[in-house]
Amino acid sequence: MSRDQILEVDRLTMRFGGIVAVQDLSFAAERKKITALIGPNGAGKTTVFNCITGFYKPSGGAIRLSHDDGKVIALERLNDFRIAKQAKVARTFQNIRLFPGMTALENLMVAQHNALMRASGFTLLGLIGAPVYRDAEKRAIDLATDWLKRVNLLDRADDAAGNFAYGDQRRLEIARAMCTEPALLCLDEPAAGLNARESAALSELLLSIRNELGTSILLIEHDMSVVMEISDHIVVMDHGVKIAEGSPREVRDDPKVIAAYLGTDEEEAVAVMESGS
Amino acid sequence: MKASTSKQQSAPSALNPGFILKKAVISAAVALVLFSLMVGLRTEAGPSGQLIYWTRFGDLATMVAGVFLGSIAMELLRHWWGPVGTDRFVPPVVRSGIAVAGRLVAPVLLVFTLLVPVIFYNQRYILDLGILVLTYVMLGWGLNVVVGLAGLLDLGYVAFYAVGAYSYALLATNFDLSFWVCLPLAGILAALWGVLLGFPVLRLRGDYLAIVTLAFGEIIRLVIINWQSLTGGPNGVSGIPRPTLFGIPLTADEDGLAAKLGIEYSPTHRIVFLFYLILALALLTNWVTIRLRRLPIGRAWEALREDEVACRALGINTTTTKLTAFATGAMFGGFAGAFFATRQGFISPESFTFQESALVLAIVVLGGMGSQLGVALSALAMIGGFELFRSLEGYRMLVFGMAMVLIMIWRPRGLIGHRAPTVYLTKAHAISSDLVKEGHG
Amino acid sequence: MDYLAQQLINGLVLGSIYGLIAIGYTMVYGIVGMINFAHGDIFMIGGFIALISFLVLVSFGLTAVPVILLIVLLVSMVMTALYGWTVERIAYRPLRHSFRLAPMLSAIGMSFVLTNFSQVAQGARVKPVPPIITGGYTLHEGSGGFIVQLSNIQIVVVITTVVLLAIFTWLVSRTRLGRDMRACEQDQTMAALLGVDVDRTISMTFVIGAALAAVAGMMYLLYYGLVDFFMGFVAGIKAFTAAVLGGIGSLPGAMLGGLLIGLIETLWSAYFSVEYKDVAAFSILIVVLIFLPTGLLGRPEVEKV
Repeated sequence: MSRDQILEVDRLTMRFGGIVAVQDLSFAAERKKITALIGPNGAGKTTVFNCITGFYKPSGGAIRLSHDDGKVIALERLNDFRIAKQAKVARTFQNIRLFPGMTALENLMVAQHNALMRASGFTLLGLIGAPVYRDAEKRAIDLATDWLKRVNLLDRADDAAGNFAYGDQRRLEIARAMCTEPALLCLDEPAAGLNARESAALSELLLSIRNELGTSILLIEHDMSVVMEISDHIVVMDHGVKIAEGSPREVRDDPKVIAAYLGTDEEEAVAVMESGS
Repeated sequence: MKASTSKQQSAPSALNPGFILKKAVISAAVALVLFSLMVGLRTEAGPSGQLIYWTRFGDLATMVAGVFLGSIAMELLRHWWGPVGTDRFVPPVVRSGIAVAGRLVAPVLLVFTLLVPVIFYNQRYILDLGILVLTYVMLGWGLNVVVGLAGLLDLGYVAFYAVGAYSYALLATNFDLSFWVCLPLAGILAALWGVLLGFPVLRLRGDYLAIVTLAFGEIIRLVIINWQSLTGGPNGVSGIPRPTLFGIPLTADEDGLAAKLGIEYSPTHRIVFLFYLILALALLTNWVTIRLRRLPIGRAWEALREDEVACRALGINTTTTKLTAFATGAMFGGFAGAFFATRQGFISPESFTFQESALVLAIVVLGGMGSQLGVALSALAMIGGFELFRSLEGYRMLVFGMAMVLIMIWRPRGLIGHRAPTVYLTKAHAISSDLVKEGHG
Repeated sequence: MDYLAQQLINGLVLGSIYGLIAIGYTMVYGIVGMINFAHGDIFMIGGFIALISFLVLVSFGLTAVPVILLIVLLVSMVMTALYGWTVERIAYRPLRHSFRLAPMLSAIGMSFVLTNFSQVAQGARVKPVPPIITGGYTLHEGSGGFIVQLSNIQIVVVITTVVLLAIFTWLVSRTRLGRDMRACEQDQTMAALLGVDVDRTISMTFVIGAALAAVAGMMYLLYYGLVDFFMGFVAGIKAFTAAVLGGIGSLPGAMLGGLLIGLIETLWSAYFSVEYKDVAAFSILIVVLIFLPTGLLGRPEVEKV
């Protein structure tokens, strides 16, 4: 695994009973870059995501995450919360999983749970009101406020997350994931249900995360305008296998990819391409 | 477009006597069939051991008539009041008034409680009732951590109450340790049990977790009944020493508190002492819970209730989070149990049945899960109500059961309809309980 | 060896009774996703109704045992089914779309109501009846003098259970109602859109479950010769354990689970201790849920993220 790569998926296979959802998948995501995982519905993208983020245990293969300091972590052996905690992989969900009964600020505070727990001496210091905890809490609030500003939700910091509009909820979820200060941010269809203006704002946000913070991003997405605009590298899946990989331009012109999306076979796609453009 | 703040409009309001009558007749017919054997006839073991019966058709007729009239009354009520669940029929002016007054309820209630022994000094009955209510308030606050904050369905809370009570009883009677030494020990033992019982089952969700905790509660009770050499079995443990004011007993002797203070001894002293003792314990529970809510652990509990999967995705160890909730709730239950033992002087397995768990759970749910004030109010209402119905004897559980059903239909989210956030930038907006999840274990 | 054989027979008979109750639990959980806490008490009510019907028929001078049994069976099933229907209408239907705890607490409340109703209406004392079906067959006379017996009542219980199971399986797999029930189990909204009367289907589920529990109650009365107002609580938990053990949602599983629980309880009482037999049953529940949450015949659930 080269120093440039933050994530290496190596012959990943995932079986559910008799169904093979993902077969022998290998690809790599580069550090401080945005990698997109695309493909028609049912291609297995969310399954791959769930394997990477620890919600499924892979049936075969390996997933390696490498931090800046060179440490390599085998993700297929860690389970759920440890992937977020130790490997510093954060994620958002296709169906938005905020804490609806808590305010936006509280949501972002929960994200900083581990750091705050340590500072509170596993609650004991916090219970007696020790200054070391109070400082840590203040810093946590500052980080949360910072992120709320970034996603333009500062004025709604004290409102219940369940009351937010759909687009705002998506942005809040990303802000919450970023409050865990991850090395790799995994986004599951972040642009789903957003209109053109909101999608553009999302693209801007993700680019700023990559450029200013240097966080590597892996995303699943169907919205091609977002994918094409922000991705550095794209991996295309269909029926559980990788069918193409490369830069946005390469993938866009690949007949295999077009065939997969059109639901036809390759020759027909080539014919469409040649007749069209 | 002006939103209507008055009655929630349901079906058009023409009163349909034919429909109401038909419904009443059907209800009465059903009641007749249901009650025909169970009420119309009464069986009993006769003088020579065989079963005999006699008829009670009068009672049967009364009940069927009652159902008939009740059905009519319900339909009329429903017609005039809107469908069940309209808390929206209170106009906003009154509602905001209640909100303002609401902030005062807690401090006023606290002051009143502090003064109860003063006001009702000579009314032993009221003081005893107060002690009972406060015990259940404490139990409610303890279970609130598990069910209300963390969203874990615990139907076996009585187990920790029992562990606390028996720990204190056995430690005090066998090793002569004072109440103040045994109290923390009881809490620790109960918390340990909480962890032991919690650890294997915390993977379970919702209903399954509920029934497993119920099973645990029953196992504890059965073990207590059957392990006679340790617990005295059905006879319980008696002669449990009463608490002392840090070593000074509250008796009539020369080394008693009354003698030391130079006042005349009265048995009321001990009752008053017990009252303030349980009040202190309950307030401790309350204070700790409020503090913990503002700390990361408390926030993690509530986040767990809201969405467990999201918690895991944020790196929170949901297993230890659940265990701490369980253990903390158990600890408070243990304290309450120790108090119970010392107040009664005698404990037996009969005090620790599933009905107790259900009662405490009902208190928590009625209170509006997670709300401290709500739990206190609902404990007052339920235990107070329970006492009021004492004259009904055998019918008490019947009324209680019916009340539980009705309350769930009428106000499933409880008395207090909102949740207060634990941290805010500018202003704390109360979050409506429609948004707050109830947790899935 | 003979002792063991006798215990096995006894265990299977007890297990049949548990199985009948367990079917009610598993059906309701499958279709509305709730544990019907009041179901054990429906079983108890069934037993009481059987008891009272017996008394009335006998006091009218009826002596033909098969006729009495048949009438009692029918009366018990119909009345208890009506109890089940009423409970669902009053306590569960209004809460069907409410949050999870509401129907559970409502069910617990209903359970208290039924228990207490029985206690108040018929008195708190245990009600004994003389054996109605007597006699049996000696299967084997052991060398140690122990006789393995199969009593007539045991035969009746087993045959009744088998017949009912057959009817019931036919009902679920061949009739329209059964199809509707299975549809509602999978997806209520879709079933409603396709014209299934969801309310009625759910009601019928409760009704059938209650009817089977009534039979269990009657069998219990015949087998043990007594009923008491509290028998629903413990029997209910054991039957629920059986349903979980067999795999919640699976009907053959409920019966299988029931038989296993009956066997385990009987063997435990015979070889270890009688006092702790309930502890054994409850412990099995915990163990099963920890190590085999989907039960023996259930379908494993993959968590959707």
